Amino acid sequence: MTTSSLAAQPIASPHAHGGNSVTSTMFRVQMALVPATLYGFWLFGWPSFFLWLLTILSCLGFEALSLKLMGVTRIKRTLFDGSALLTGWLLAMTLPPWAPWWVAIVGGFIAIVIGKQVFGGVGQNVFNPAMVARVALLVSFPLPLTQWIMPLPLNTVAAPDFIHGLQIFLGNQAMPDAMASASLLGHTKTELARGIDLLHSLSGEHGALFSLIGTRAGSLGESASLLILAGGLYLLASGIITWHTPVAVLAGLAIPAAIGHAVDPAHYLSVSSHLLSGAAMLGAFFIATDYVTSPNTGRGQIVFGLGIGFMTWVIRTYGGYPEGMAFAVLLMNALTPVIDRFVKPRILGRDRKGKPLDIPESKGA
Amino acid sequence: MSDNYGSIMKEGLWDQNVVFSQLLAMCPTMAVTTSGTNGLGMGLATTAVLVVSNILVSMIRHTVSSQVRIPVFVVLIATLVTVVDMAMNAWLHDLYKVLGLFIALIVVNCAILGRAEAFAVKNGVAASAVDGLAMGLGFTGALTFIGLIREFLGSGTLFAQASNLLGPSFAFLEMKLPGYGGALLMILPPGGFAILGFLLAGKRVMEKRMADKAAANAGDAAPAAA
Repeated sequence: MTTSSLAAQPIASPHAHGGNSVTSTMFRVQMALVPATLYGFWLFGWPSFFLWLLTILSCLGFEALSLKLMGVTRIKRTLFDGSALLTGWLLAMTLPPWAPWWVAIVGGFIAIVIGKQVFGGVGQNVFNPAMVARVALLVSFPLPLTQWIMPLPLNTVAAPDFIHGLQIFLGNQAMPDAMASASLLGHTKTELARGIDLLHSLSGEHGALFSLIGTRAGSLGESASLLILAGGLYLLASGIITWHTPVAVLAGLAIPAAIGHAVDPAHYLSVSSHLLSGAAMLGAFFIATDYVTSPNTGRGQIVFGLGIGFMTWVIRTYGGYPEGMAFAVLLMNALTPVIDRFVKPRILGRDRKGKPLDIPESKGA
Repeated sequence: MSDNYGSIMKEGLWDQNVVFSQLLAMCPTMAVTTSGTNGLGMGLATTAVLVVSNILVSMIRHTVSSQVRIPVFVVLIATLVTVVDMAMNAWLHDLYKVLGLFIALIVVNCAILGRAEAFAVKNGVAASAVDGLAMGLGFTGALTFIGLIREFLGSGTLFAQASNLLGPSFAFLEMKLPGYGGALLMILPPGGFAILGFLLAGKRVMEKRMADKAAANAGDAAPAAA
């Protein structure tokens, strides 16, 4: 090796670009959400489509406004990187499908402005923006955020057409009582409070089979657990996410649920009900795996996921709200810097505590 | 500085505003600003204590040695707060029931001891009185403003129960937005922090704009003078 060749090109290592970008990652996550979303539209009709559309438009609108206020010159490039779109999409997946239009607008404002841009935009936010908006909406407007409807294909009332769906969405039309229903977690919580135990309250429309194929009351992201799971497996297979977080979230939820159910089946929901209800699947595969707000190391992600799963179970079982995934995600988001501080990868040539390794003296030289 | 009352007023109301610039007294700010009326009442009570404590501290500033000044100030302020507490209990009983504990907690309001330390011990009685009034009114204005925003977003009313504080003749201030249920979050502490954050950001943007404008004006004026 001649000295001239070293001086010309000081390349440290062969840096190959994998070809992935924010946009391509976001696009793949959105592709993974498509099946469950389309199925949700079929279940809940036009109002759910309008809600989904307006939530995304609202997120994009507030993103553009924030970028303009902050004096960013290349607004389009950041606006269409897919991150705001995905935030809106995930938020819409967690809302009651027939929520009125202003929920979408307020949700977009909270998610983008308070949840994300205040912290400095994409990659800087401490908390998952979609979950910040979900929790803020739930705390602020308890009534519209807990009104679930029966899936239309099963319903006795005819599905609303385009115009009627728009009227429902804009709040001019009261929701027919025949369509109102409760999600499984809300239903069991109410019945337990009334003194009816799980053995009696869990029958009919809240059977396990309906959870599996998704024909039950809930948000878009709650309805078809299998389709969400399929999307999650696609993300795993394409390398967008690793197995650590989803497995840990589901384990953190399943283990206490199994123990509780074994001890007292009348008061603790079964593992399958926990895993297939609420935002468990959506949370495990799509929300807890957010790059920005989860720990960097695999072991850290396991700690993070177990915490989310366990706290979800605690809130669902003992808390005031029927579903706790969003709260659990936010709590663990807050702990992410601490986890990253204590769970670090071993530095090359040093042991876990940071001391230099004893390198045996080589014999020949 | 001590005899320029205009600049003292400006400092208290805007430049050194207790809430928006010094970020002091956050506890009452978050706790009582769930409505404009509560903010106004809390602010006025604090203003009364602040003015009198500034006057008294300024009067005794040469007789109290610096080693014992803090205990003396605390006793002074505690006495004043007790007087205000009892007066409100007697004459503004409905408001007192709402603000209750926070009136007593004016004792530990950092703004009051802060002004005694930062201003009253170094300045004359008149200037100290003006400073107390300016700081108090700045605090009152900030609390009322935050309270009004939170009240409007959180429960859709403005100056609800203002007649409790100001007498029945001010009942015209009370307004209610029909058909709006309110966003509960705004009444809760996170809403208070979020509103305060947006107001702080807004104030800084305004100050930057004003500074830019002043700089531009100065830039225009300089060549003309030359």
